[in-house]
Amino acid sequence: MARIVAGIATSHVPAIGVAMDKGTSSNPYWQPLFEGYKPAQKWLAELAPDVAIIVYNDHASAFSLALIPTFLIGVAAKFPIADEGFGPRPVPAVIGHPELAWHLAESLILDEFDMTIANEMPVDHGLTVPLTVTCGAPAAWPFPVIPLCVNVVQYPPPTGARCYKLGQAIRRAIDAFDEDLRVVIYGTGGMSHQLQGERAGLINRQFDTAFLDGLTKDPVALTKITHTEYMREAGSEGVEMVMWHVMRGALDDQVTEVYRHYHVPASNTAAGLILLENRSPA
Amino acid sequence: MSKQRDYENIPGTYVYDAERGRIGYALNMFCMSLNKAENRDSFRDNEAAYLDRFPVTTEQRRTVLARDWLGMLRVGGNIYYTIKIAFCDGLTFQDVAGKMSGMSKEAYAQMMLAGGRSPDGNRYLDPTATETPHG
Repeated sequence: MARIVAGIATSHVPAIGVAMDKGTSSNPYWQPLFEGYKPAQKWLAELAPDVAIIVYNDHASAFSLALIPTFLIGVAAKFPIADEGFGPRPVPAVIGHPELAWHLAESLILDEFDMTIANEMPVDHGLTVPLTVTCGAPAAWPFPVIPLCVNVVQYPPPTGARCYKLGQAIRRAIDAFDEDLRVVIYGTGGMSHQLQGERAGLINRQFDTAFLDGLTKDPVALTKITHTEYMREAGSEGVEMVMWHVMRGALDDQVTEVYRHYHVPASNTAAGLILLENRSPA
Repeated sequence: MSKQRDYENIPGTYVYDAERGRIGYALNMFCMSLNKAENRDSFRDNEAAYLDRFPVTTEQRRTVLARDWLGMLRVGGNIYYTIKIAFCDGLTFQDVAGKMSGMSKEAYAQMMLAGGRSPDGNRYLDPTATETPHG
């Protein structure tokens, strides 16, 4: 039986990828952020999952406004790196897991989550920066990845509660997969940040800290945060944090926080990372 | 729009909702085209001629040519799209964020290093509205 062994949530700030790719991650601006990623990389290397589900949003890379899937799953064997407007990141292509991805697609749709299915799509920093954060800069990513996209670019994104329920449905699907796979799930985006308008640069450490605390203590309460509250308190782009609920919904009710890291600023953003393990025997 | 949206009283914020999605489509699809290197070259070679390929409004066209980043948001630009123009110019997200908030590059960078823009006093357009910090 497949099982989800852990959850990871992390910001996916594009500048973090640029810093790694340009070799500036050890300069004084970036060093404190990257230093805090090292324990996560060690933990994940020891955990050595067989496959990862990465919940993220596409940023006008694979999808334009021509077509806006609310929830999408990538079932390809390989996902190329997108050109987001400044050339593709010089990172390895992402290898998929078609067998598990198709199982997830079927299970989720029959479980009343009407997924869009993508056989071809490039992946952008929303997916590759979390890999960089947790795996560093290897010649090949250490595990196959199933991309799961959530629309947060065109208002409204799905609600936090809906995202949490999707996570629960992912959990049911994984539990029903015959092959013995150890799966990790990433929720990405956030934390507080606003990239647009006169209010650009908004950061709310208090909100972010309460959110990180709540992921372990009372995740269901967090799912009640409205889009307007995210935008008002955590910045217009802080609403990306709905994607963390997908990850949390896929874990046990009771989890153990293994590690967290929080740093301001990563460009315009409060960069947060948290590692959660299921308490049931893995 | 058919009804008042409760996010409209957040100051300095342009939520990319149905209304902006409707008016901003052509502008954002022009931006989307800049994901291709050959299109970036064409745009740099002759911005006005390149824009002729897209059914943008006169005002949308003006905001692009003038690099009026706030103006683009007001005519339906979405920041994840309009930022692609900035990438063409060799600017970063932080450069554009500073310009939109009317700060110098240095002042904006310093604000971020000091912990970012505080939500206090920045939650509501109407300063007399009740502040309700998240617990």
